[in-house]
Amino acid sequence: MAPGKKAGKANAAAQATNKRKAEQKPAAVNKKAKTTTTTAATNGKKGAASNKAKPAKKRSVQAAAQDDDEDDEDDESWAYGAVSDDDDDEDDAHVGDLDDEFVSAEEGSDIEVGQLDDDFLGDEFGDEEGGQGADLLGSDDEEEGEGEGEDEEDIWASSDDEDDMETKSRKLDAQAKREAEEAEAELTTNIQMEDDKYVLPTEAEALDSTDLQVVQTRIQEIVRVLNNFREMREGNRSRQDYIDQLLKDLCLYYGYNEYLMEKLFYIFTVSEAIEFFEANEVPRPVTIRTNTLKTRRRELAQALINRGVNLDPIGKWSKVGLQVFDSPVPVGATPEYLAGHYMLQAASSFLPVMALAPQENERVLDMASAPGGKSTYIAALMKNTGMVFANDANKERTKALVANIHRLGVKNAVVCNYDGREFPNVIGGFDRILLDAPCSGTGVISKDASVKTNKSEQDFQMLSHLQKQLILSAIDSVDAGSKTGGYIVYSTCSVTVDENEDVVNYALRKRPNVKLVSTGLDFGKEGFTRYREKVFHPSLSLTRRYYPHMHNMDGFYVAKFKKLSNKIPAKKADEKEDEADAEEFVPIGEDEKRNKKKQNKDDKAKVETQEAISFNDEEDEQLIRVSQAKLLQQTKGIKLRPKKNKGDGEK
Amino acid sequence: MRPLTEVETKTFFEKLAKYIGRNIAHLIDRGDDTYCFRLHKDRVYYLSEDLMKRATSIGREQLISLGICFGKFTKTGKFRLHVTCLDYIAQYAKHKIWIKPNGEMPFLYGNHIVKAHIGRVTEDTPEHQGVIVYSMADIPLGFGVTARSTTDTRKLEPTAIVVFHQADIGEYLRQEDTLF
Repeated sequence: MAPGKKAGKANAAAQATNKRKAEQKPAAVNKKAKTTTTTAATNGKKGAASNKAKPAKKRSVQAAAQDDDEDDEDDESWAYGAVSDDDDDEDDAHVGDLDDEFVSAEEGSDIEVGQLDDDFLGDEFGDEEGGQGADLLGSDDEEEGEGEGEDEEDIWASSDDEDDMETKSRKLDAQAKREAEEAEAELTTNIQMEDDKYVLPTEAEALDSTDLQVVQTRIQEIVRVLNNFREMREGNRSRQDYIDQLLKDLCLYYGYNEYLMEKLFYIFTVSEAIEFFEANEVPRPVTIRTNTLKTRRRELAQALINRGVNLDPIGKWSKVGLQVFDSPVPVGATPEYLAGHYMLQAASSFLPVMALAPQENERVLDMASAPGGKSTYIAALMKNTGMVFANDANKERTKALVANIHRLGVKNAVVCNYDGREFPNVIGGFDRILLDAPCSGTGVISKDASVKTNKSEQDFQMLSHLQKQLILSAIDSVDAGSKTGGYIVYSTCSVTVDENEDVVNYALRKRPNVKLVSTGLDFGKEGFTRYREKVFHPSLSLTRRYYPHMHNMDGFYVAKFKKLSNKIPAKKADEKEDEADAEEFVPIGEDEKRNKKKQNKDDKAKVETQEAISFNDEEDEQLIRVSQAKLLQQTKGIKLRPKKNKGDGEK
Repeated sequence: MRPLTEVETKTFFEKLAKYIGRNIAHLIDRGDDTYCFRLHKDRVYYLSEDLMKRATSIGREQLISLGICFGKFTKTGKFRLHVTCLDYIAQYAKHKIWIKPNGEMPFLYGNHIVKAHIGRVTEDTPEHQGVIVYSMADIPLGFGVTARSTTDTRKLEPTAIVVFHQADIGEYLRQEDTLF
């Protein structure tokens, strides 16, 4: 029992039990050296008889050791000032009887025993003996696994009335807790040195660190703090402080612009957000869809395997999907591909079509269809019966759409190039409509990383505005009286709430004649019914979200509506303004132009007002004079010498 | 979008007959549904009457394609079959030719077919006859025109061209911009 051993622990223990005086430290070291957390609690529960027996026995066992530890006596004695000696007789009576019995117990559960000894010795021996008793225990520590510490003895000592068990046990509990914490602290300081509270860098520091390694560790630290904020926070720093720093670091580390970063960050929990950003750095697996119009999945798989392609079915949820692991030939140029046996298509884009579930002989509209992956899937599900209207607003993209439709052998398709918002006017009464709306593409960042930086607040506003217009057109173009259909599926490859739940919620509000129905997809995360300050219709939980880090497919959103009646609700007076704003139809190209014009006008107005404010009479005077001189020279041939600064003086 | 004029129909059918002969009748009198040919922006489309009626509500400018495109009239009034009609003419083809796996890619890159690549061929194919080209797995790859009759082919050396390339499914990638 070297007083100085384990200096580190000694310090920690000493800090925690600051009651001790400086000269008592060595004793504290001894007693605390092997403190465990369970002991105090067991104390209170033990039967009185056994408890008392043990100390008695111990006293006899350890009597010999007494001399060695005389130094400790003084140290310990302070604790026993108020110990009562009323149990002496009882104690004596037990000594002989129980000695043997407890030898084994002692060995079996050293820790407990030692601790009990401590308590009861302190309790039972008188003032004079108390010191010795404690002392014995002190000497005991090493062999017996030892005891609790002085704190405990303190408690027992201070409570004169032994019957007052409640207070004692309460104190014991508190103490046990404290000790547990101390022990924990000791452990962690030893094991994990960096467990100190993470200190947020100052602004200058944060700006300084452009080293990605540093930024990454900082991200990890902050995430750790945020996950256990109550305990890990530093001083009074608010959660917002940490989040602000985290957002900055994430922007730097993953290369997003701050607006988008904030948008995406709040969709997820902190650690999930990191997973999401991490998943966006990794490409999704290549998947292909079997064209059931021309072949079957098994035959296709066989044909591709013969070409050395390594593939597997995509999952239980799809009967036509194949996942390609690696291929010695380009998968987009095999004879099978050219013959239209399959389509290169992301797994996520199967989902809206599966949700739409087109039936044979229906009339279906795909409002934004290029490059035709979903349209051809629809046609395949309908087995080339009925009609598919594939629309896309971009004429350039319709080429790929037509090519794919022909390559895959879709014979019932009409391709047109309208703005989706024109739709109920061009042709309506469809059985089903798929609206895979143009979106910011925040779900497919792994495919197109430019999204990270080139999407601003304006883009999001424009997109969600467009989406809201499109979804209303889609709803109005469906025939609610259709025997088999009357469904609309809205989907985006974005994960932001603005483009998904918000749009769907808007549609529900504006068109009471539709309701959300289950998408029929048995996986995916439920849509939000509330998000930050927004509260949506409760049926939004029927929609489905897909995330790259969760489902290993692109971020996606699918909502399915059923139209109940064909009556377009009359606009209410108070909604009119709002509606006019949302439904005002402007073709896409013109929309931009108009925006630009508007902007230009605004800019001009701004410049004018600025000029009006900063009129400079002196400058004007000079200009006027110069032009007058010019005029004179031109008209009458008089040449005036420029008078420098004279005008300034006059004014 | 309008029906073909008499002259147009004649040139178109003459061309088509080179590949499917009298089977053109099967395209027009189908058991299941009434189908028709329609001309839209110089291109001839084959589609069902129902689809055609529905598509009338789409404006001429905005209508990009409907049904299956068979080909287009050139400025000089000739008709050129496109690979997009392969599905139909493969179905009714009279003369066929199968090429070996090592000949697939050269053909799909737009080359003529040499004798060495031929796996099988319909007997009694005359010279300058339209033929459908299949892979050995019976996947239609395109069509062409024979350079020699089947009997003449036997005497040729392996590198001699047997079928002139007309169209192949590789064009979906190579000519996506001009084909449609």
